[in-house]
Formats: sequence, structure tokens, C-alpha cells
Amino acid sequence: MTESSPVPLEQPVRVGRRVFLGMVGLGAVGIVAGAAVQRRLADVLGSGLGRLLPGGDNFQIYSVTNTFPLIRPDRYRLEVTGLVERPLTLTLADLEAMPSTQLVKTFQCVTGWQVPDVHWEGVKLSDVLDAARVKPGAVALSFTSYDGTDTESLTLDQARRPDVIVAYRMLGGPITTEHGGPVRLYVAPMFGYKSLKWLSAIRVVDRVEPGFWEQSGYPVNGWLDGSTGPTDTTSG
Amino acid sequence: MSANPDRNQPSGEALTPQRIIRFDLVQRVAHWANAVLFGILMLTALPLYFSSVESLVGRHLLIAEIHLWAGLVLPVPLVVSLLGPWGARMRRDIRRISRWTKDEVRWLWRAGWKAPRITDKFNPGQKINAIFVAGAMVVMLGTGLILKWFNVVPVDWRQGATFVHEVLAFAIFIVVIGHIGFAVTHRDALRAMVRGWVPETWARKHAPGWLEEEREAEALRTTKTVRSVESRAAATAGSRGDLP
Repeated sequence: MTESSPVPLEQPVRVGRRVFLGMVGLGAVGIVAGAAVQRRLADVLGSGLGRLLPGGDNFQIYSVTNTFPLIRPDRYRLEVTGLVERPLTLTLADLEAMPSTQLVKTFQCVTGWQVPDVHWEGVKLSDVLDAARVKPGAVALSFTSYDGTDTESLTLDQARRPDVIVAYRMLGGPITTEHGGPVRLYVAPMFGYKSLKWLSAIRVVDRVEPGFWEQSGYPVNGWLDGSTGPTDTTSG
Repeated sequence: MSANPDRNQPSGEALTPQRIIRFDLVQRVAHWANAVLFGILMLTALPLYFSSVESLVGRHLLIAEIHLWAGLVLPVPLVVSLLGPWGARMRRDIRRISRWTKDEVRWLWRAGWKAPRITDKFNPGQKINAIFVAGAMVVMLGTGLILKWFNVVPVDWRQGATFVHEVLAFAIFIVVIGHIGFAVTHRDALRAMVRGWVPETWARKHAPGWLEEEREAEALRTTKTVRSVESRAAATAGSRGDLP
């Protein structure tokens, strides 16, 4: 390139177009490859530094009501009613006295964010159902939340999986209010919205009653692999 | 009747020797509408991203709804101000922002330090800010649509869109805070975006090349006015139907 031209009539550089299209292109690449980049970053940096990255592993807190329900752990009660031979009212101590299950899983929201290696502890939902003795003819469960609005559903088969628990510990401590404590549902094989927070009651019913998020269009069967049938494609 | 337009008109959008129009009404309305929408989006983003803020304000669904609608409306001021007969000055400035001289590229690399003198209407910092905002709007809108209507894309893409939306949000906060910082420390530039004009002395000091352009354009307009006045006068004087 020469700069010998005596007249300063240089060709303009289309910086605007380049930067603009570059940003849009990078954005598109980020959508397609962002998940892989994030995984690699987490591998390289470890989960400690990963927390500092935007989108690294932060929970995004959702509540469907205006406030979080504050429940004192010693006042907590879980009702198990409906098609059962022995309706139950369980305290937090009752749940803690039952055999505990621990899970370490990636928490995956249906909208895309995820938190890797979340530690959970609680009681298998199937143990709670066995204690209440489910009657024949029962097909599904309806869950309600202390927030008074959120509801969820699972089929009986889904609920009996070993990775579906009534959780009372998370991230190495009691579950905080914003995470749905003191007791919430954790449905490991499904998207986060299935893991109802502030669990107040389980009703055993004879048909699936779609929950709060399902009524706004989310799949009733929110399997992480994207299948929408009552059973996921990975489990036999 | 004098053919010269009144050059000492004290107000309005006409060019006068003291006041140079920098942004017309269309541009100012577009800028401030855009600013309000960015403000709403950034404020509502805080509780949506930081759980500590969310636990203070609650109302998740309402805030998410406001964020969504502000995002969907975001392109409207810019698009409306660009299209249509009212957008001439807007379009001219977009071209100005897009095309850079090599000196301007050098200026940006050195962040204005020991750099070639810039004489255009906007300095390269202002230009890159505008380009960034335009690119950010498109990317944030695209990724935001995926976050809202996630069913149409695979989970990996949703995660990628979340990642892009969040990283770019951080960058936007930095750029917007910088933009506001420059505005409050450069009151003349801020005033130009409020009232539309700058004093001629300011233009001569900060953007002499642009001032020259405006002067030439004004001269051209004046000549045209003179010609049209003269030809109208000639048409009236001449016999009907008799064209020169």
C-alpha cells in the first residue's frame, strides 16, 4: 500500500459494516458453539473460577409469585393425600429420619442455563409413596407449593425413579428459601421447572394434572433429552 | 423581496451563524427513546440475573414480562427514524458512522492518544459506540427470542444463546456506563443531544471538517433557493404557457 497520493482522497474503510456484521456473526457462532465453549472453560478453569464467568454456573432464581414463602423448618409439614391408604403429614425431622439419597447432577433449565455438579440430598419419592401405601388405580401425582401458585405433576412411574427425591439439602447445606427450602422436589432427569420449590403437598390422583409451567406451554414430561413421552428415551 | 433567507433567525432548525444543527428532532427522539428502553432493559436485567436482587424485589413474572416487551420494542425508534422522508439526517449520519478514514482507524487504536486530528462530526470513539449498540441490539434481540421461544431450538443452542446474552449484557453495561460518563463530562456534547444544536465555536474546535460540510450544504441550499425564487419570478413575469 502506498501513501504517496498527494490528495488525501483515501478510500473509506467500512468499519461500521465490518464491526456490526462481525458482532452478529460472533453472536450466531456463540449460540451454536456457546455450550461447548462453556464446558471447555469449566474444564480448564474448574468450577471455582467458572462461577465468575457470566453464564458460568449461576442459578437464576424464579418464583412465580411476588415473594418467596418463608417457612420455619420446625413448622414445615408435607401432606401426602389422595389415593393412599395412609394419608401422611410429615415434618422435616420425619423426612430426615428416613433413608437418605444423595445425587450430584447438573441442574439444567429448559431456557438454557445450567449449573454443573449440584449436590442434593433427600428422601426418594418412592419411599414416601410406599410409606403412604398408594391405592390401585392411582396414575399420577400432583404437587403444590407453599407459594400458593406453583403446581407440578409426575406420573407414578416417573415418581418411582431412584433419581426423583424430596430434597432437604442442596449445595452442601440446608436448602435456602430462594432455592425452595426447607423442602423441595428434585426431579433429576427432567428440566428444572419440574423440580417444584417449597413443596407443601403431594396428592395421588388418577390422571395427570398439568402444572403451572405446563399450562404456559412447557412440556408435561420435561425430560432433559428432549423427549416428551411419559418415559424418556434413555431409560429402559 | 430579498432572495436571501433570513440568516439571523434566532430559533427553529434553520442554520444560523451561531448555532449549528447537530441532531434534528427525529434523531433526538430516537436517541432518547432508545435510551429509555435500554434503561428499562438494564434495570429489569438485574433481578433476572442476580438472585440477590431477585430476592429483594420478587415479582419475577412481571419483571420478565417488562424485560421481554422492552426488548421487542427496542428496534422501533431506530427503524422508524431511519425509514421515511424524516430520516434523511439520520441516514446521512449512519453512513458517516460506518465509513472511516485510515486516520480514524489509527485514532481508535491509540484511543485518541498522540493520534491524528479528527475533524468529522463524530470522533471514532463515538462511532464505535454507535456501531456496538447497533450490533448489540441485533444479537441481544436474537438470543433473547431464543430464550423466550426456546422450543424451536435444541438445548445446546439455548445454552449458547444464554451464554451470549449474558456475556454481551456485561459488555453493554460497561459501554453504556462509559457512554453516560462521557456525556456528563462533556456537557456540550450532551446539550447537543438535548437541544439539537452546538455553538459554531464548538464545531470549529471539535469538528471543523463537519462544520465545513454544513457550510457548503447551506451554501448549496441558498443557491437553490435563489434559483427557485428567480425561476418562479421569471415564470410569473413571462406570458402564460411560455416556458423559457
